[in-house]
Amino acid sequence: MIADILITFFLVVSGVFGLVGSFGLIKLRDTMQRVHAPTKATTLGVGGVLIASMLYFLLIKGSFSFHELLITLFLLLTAPITANFIAKTFIAVHLRARDLPETGGEYGWAVYDDPPTRPDAE
Amino acid sequence: MLKRVLPHPVLSITLTFVWLALVNKITLGNLILGGALGMIVPLVTAPYWPDRPTLRNPLMAAEYILVVLWDIVVANVQVAMIILFKRNDAIHSKWVTIPLDLTSAEAITVLAGTITMTPGTVSVTLSADGSNLLVHCLHTDDPEAVRDQIKARYERRLMEVFQ
Repeated sequence: MIADILITFFLVVSGVFGLVGSFGLIKLRDTMQRVHAPTKATTLGVGGVLIASMLYFLLIKGSFSFHELLITLFLLLTAPITANFIAKTFIAVHLRARDLPETGGEYGWAVYDDPPTRPDAE
Repeated sequence: MLKRVLPHPVLSITLTFVWLALVNKITLGNLILGGALGMIVPLVTAPYWPDRPTLRNPLMAAEYILVVLWDIVVANVQVAMIILFKRNDAIHSKWVTIPLDLTSAEAITVLAGTITMTPGTVSVTLSADGSNLLVHCLHTDDPEAVRDQIKARYERRLMEVFQ
């Protein structure tokens, strides 16, 4: 009984966050803002389903499954990289260097500026 | 000799564990296969991590992971609140430049990934010499505070872990 309630709780939480993340995609105005919605709200959305799945196998089926931990690990590794690629592509296509703040160093942002040559690069 | 066969022991152990978790059943055969993968993959991929940093402080690394996991939960709630309850013209998105004290590529990668997963920020690009990080902030009225928080909360810990 308690196990059922716990599993249901996590499923509902994950459903709500998944929905909010998707809603954010429609509601927010520009691409840079939209990137925020899937990288965060959806993490907890998927995470909740995975916790619920683990609890289900642990408490009701009586076996332990590592797969959910791996999915969490792979998700945490890949989500930031996807977001970074989308953001980089966006600023490369739609923005110019003057739209962004200064780097505060000698070199500009890597999307627009060449890296310093290494002394051993000959 | 050991260094030749196992150039990256931590990676070898991690790969073996990931393999065992993938097949989800611990048998002698799987252990041998996982061990073989753990030996071969580091040898093949060695050219991709030329001067890898060492983990100086494993305890700090564990603390870092816990802090980040907690922050991910907080970040989710915060972003959900902004999406649901803020009118679009009340959302003030800003670019924030973060000067980096970290120098190793691996450490900067971890920091950038963390920034993307945590409260209202997405890391976008590095400056060409790798000394500044450009971050997009979904909603803030105080970009300096965001920068200082990232430096104090994440970068300080990563400095202790990696260098």
